[in-house]
Amino acid sequence: MRHFKLNTGSADLSREDIAHNFSDLHPPLEPAQAVVDAARCIYCYDAPCLNACPTRIDIPKFIHQIRSGNIEGSAKTILSANIMGGTCARACPTEVLCEQVCVVNHTEGASVKIGDLQRFAVDHLIETSAAHPFERAAETGKRFAVIGAGPAGLAFAHRAAMLGNDVVIYEAKSKPGGLNEYGLAAYKMANNFAQREVEFLLGIGGIEIEYKKLLGDNLVLDDLRRDFDAVFIGAGLTGNRALHIPGEALNGVRNALEFIEVVREADDKSKIPISHNVIVIGGGNTAIDAAVQAKCLGARNVTLVYRRGPEAMSATEWEQDLAKANGVVMRFWAAPQSFVGNDGVKTATFAEMDVRNGKLSPTETTFEIKTDLVLKAIGQSLEETELAGLKIENGKIVVDKQFRTSLDGVYAGGDCIASGEDLTVQAVEDGKQAAICADAYLRAPPVKGAAE
Amino acid sequence: MKDLGCIIAGVESINPFWLASAPPTDKKYNVERAFKAGWGGAVWKTLGEDPPVVNVTSRYGVHRSHDRTIIGINNIELISDRPLDINLREMEEMRRAWPDRVIIGSIMAPMDERAWKDLAIKVANTGVQGIELNLGCPHGMCERGMGSAVGQDPEFVEQTTRWVREATDLPVFTKLTPNVTDIMLPACAAKAGGAHAISLINTVNSIIGVDLDNMTPTPTVDGHGTHGGYCGEAVKPIALHMTAEIARSQETAGVEISAIGGITTWRDAAEFIALGASGVQVCTAAMLYGFRIVEDMNEGLAAFMREKKYRTIEDFKGAASAQTVDWNALNMNHDLLARINPDACIECGRCFIACEDTSHQAIRIDAKPDGGRLFSVIDDECVGCNLCMHVCPVKDCITMEAVVDDRPYTTWPEHPKNPLRNAAE
Repeated sequence: MRHFKLNTGSADLSREDIAHNFSDLHPPLEPAQAVVDAARCIYCYDAPCLNACPTRIDIPKFIHQIRSGNIEGSAKTILSANIMGGTCARACPTEVLCEQVCVVNHTEGASVKIGDLQRFAVDHLIETSAAHPFERAAETGKRFAVIGAGPAGLAFAHRAAMLGNDVVIYEAKSKPGGLNEYGLAAYKMANNFAQREVEFLLGIGGIEIEYKKLLGDNLVLDDLRRDFDAVFIGAGLTGNRALHIPGEALNGVRNALEFIEVVREADDKSKIPISHNVIVIGGGNTAIDAAVQAKCLGARNVTLVYRRGPEAMSATEWEQDLAKANGVVMRFWAAPQSFVGNDGVKTATFAEMDVRNGKLSPTETTFEIKTDLVLKAIGQSLEETELAGLKIENGKIVVDKQFRTSLDGVYAGGDCIASGEDLTVQAVEDGKQAAICADAYLRAPPVKGAAE
Repeated sequence: MKDLGCIIAGVESINPFWLASAPPTDKKYNVERAFKAGWGGAVWKTLGEDPPVVNVTSRYGVHRSHDRTIIGINNIELISDRPLDINLREMEEMRRAWPDRVIIGSIMAPMDERAWKDLAIKVANTGVQGIELNLGCPHGMCERGMGSAVGQDPEFVEQTTRWVREATDLPVFTKLTPNVTDIMLPACAAKAGGAHAISLINTVNSIIGVDLDNMTPTPTVDGHGTHGGYCGEAVKPIALHMTAEIARSQETAGVEISAIGGITTWRDAAEFIALGASGVQVCTAAMLYGFRIVEDMNEGLAAFMREKKYRTIEDFKGAASAQTVDWNALNMNHDLLARINPDACIECGRCFIACEDTSHQAIRIDAKPDGGRLFSVIDDECVGCNLCMHVCPVKDCITMEAVVDDRPYTTWPEHPKNPLRNAAE
């Protein structure tokens, strides 16, 4: 478990301390370590780890290839299933996916370091290989539009391009990567990895990205449907949920994702002004990323408040431990009732919660926490207004098994559909599969009236 | 650890662990460190006639298992490259300084009676307890008519052994090369020449690997490589077989065995002794880990003997010999079936794929109610080959269960399906 340099109250963290805190959370494996850990892999048949991976990377094979010294081949095995294997190796909650089901847990008490080995192989290829590892199929003459240069959109674009199609991605922000670039803790994606990965991915060719193109602003879905053979929506969830409580508009009450973006985009993290009494509200990995990064910047007191117990948090146990080990105070069974302050927030009032008649409800007991920065990590929502005409249910775009939306020729994937957990790895799988489906459909459209 | 004391071809030793004639016993400095560490004896690095040989650089290549452990070394070093008189003086000093330890002098010469006898007498005069004939080096020396060039010809083996017997009264150990088609031929020749003991195996002729960047065999000497002598853990099975064959043959009855070949732990030594060796010699393990490995060899062997209630090494020497038979003496009516313990199974699938792809398709996978995989054996297809048990990473998860029936012990010569059975009767 990584221990960051913390502000113990005597003095603020130095620039060096902060730079150290934002270095790689898991340092890369040395080649000798990789070989030793690869040798721990049993090389299971129809392995549980492979089945636990949303992108179904052939994990026993890629580890065997590390063992045999075929590192580039190992990376190709990974990337052929998951073109963002580099980010997934860094950001996947492997402790609840591949590494949780690794059979070596039973024989040795700890799994093979699948994530670290994956990073070892992919980093090797990205850093040393001059040419992109995949070739494009013969041109189909088809053009695909993609909304959003996040993991889903990029994975769609890469696979579509590989299958011989041309792709234009429209991205609202000024950089590609989506949450890989803007929404993950900086120490998980050290050394500008998100951008390096996109640059690698675009090496396939046939993909253009247009930035500052926002649906509903300077981008119209119907225009894309008219101008392209197919459209993929990988727009993510860009709306911020609100608490709807008094004082929410005060200065100092912010969305955790905005805070994470500020931290990610700052070249010199020591220049980021930091408050000393930070409250983070929420129970997901975003809440943990915000709370731990606040500590990394030198905040003295960081309290993470979640309305239910630790077992209900969507942040994994490992993430929770990282926060606890680095001085984040966790308060469970409490929900904010109001924020008070003149200009900026000064006090947050919470009610203790319990479950009555199966329903989570506030009790009479309340408490206050002094604060100057509240970070809300209570989830994102779909910006539905810009998606008129698409069938939407429970805040997600409805798709069928081929990732087709209710509109002809429009596909969707990633966090904006209900395919699985809101994880990078799931978004990559959605994008990859949607591209395969869209490509297959355009090559052989079903005959009208025939059973599908 | 008095109970480890043993007598090998008349030579008393405080324990059965000697260092083999090799780089670790090239000079007094090393042998002194070995004795301090607890080795019972040392066979000095082979001495030849002056002028001494000249060695090349480099000399070793290695064979690694996939976890990077070295399981074998190949060497192209020759016999001692130090002047004979220095070696003889140091051997004498060591004999005087360490009266309870064994030093055996190893010698090598071409097929020349005078050369063998001169060397034997000079070495005997240092006070060593025995003489070993190096008839085994498969590289370098054999190109000069020595080493394996002698050991591969039974007549030469008998002749050289006899010359040394005639020259000295010391116990004579004839060290054989495994690079022959039938080890019994040189073994019988050694006996005929009067050997008190056979030391085996010397190294196995080998090329350990190829440098694929430079397209040269390794170890590489200025852009070229040559075959060398392979030793270490990986050669142990070859040595065990040769030890067993000599120990159980009536033709070599009475000749003792000083076993060599990949001995790394006390367990390896116990296996050689169980097959009939009187003591063992070690080289590679010491080269890889240092002389300290003898500590656990001594302690582990003593613990094993306590556990099995053996008072002396003699108590279990050859204990596995009677059970080592020709294939034709095996019971054709013995059947085993694999049994997979579902509670111990970690569901890795290794048994399934090994059986499915390469054996008898005798393992099936069923879905468990909890979503896991249940592996079980199809008895009608299982031939009891053990492969699933061996590939299973969980100890004792797969066991082999004997099929109990009343069929008699029947060998192949007696078997109804043997077309030659009637002809033999």
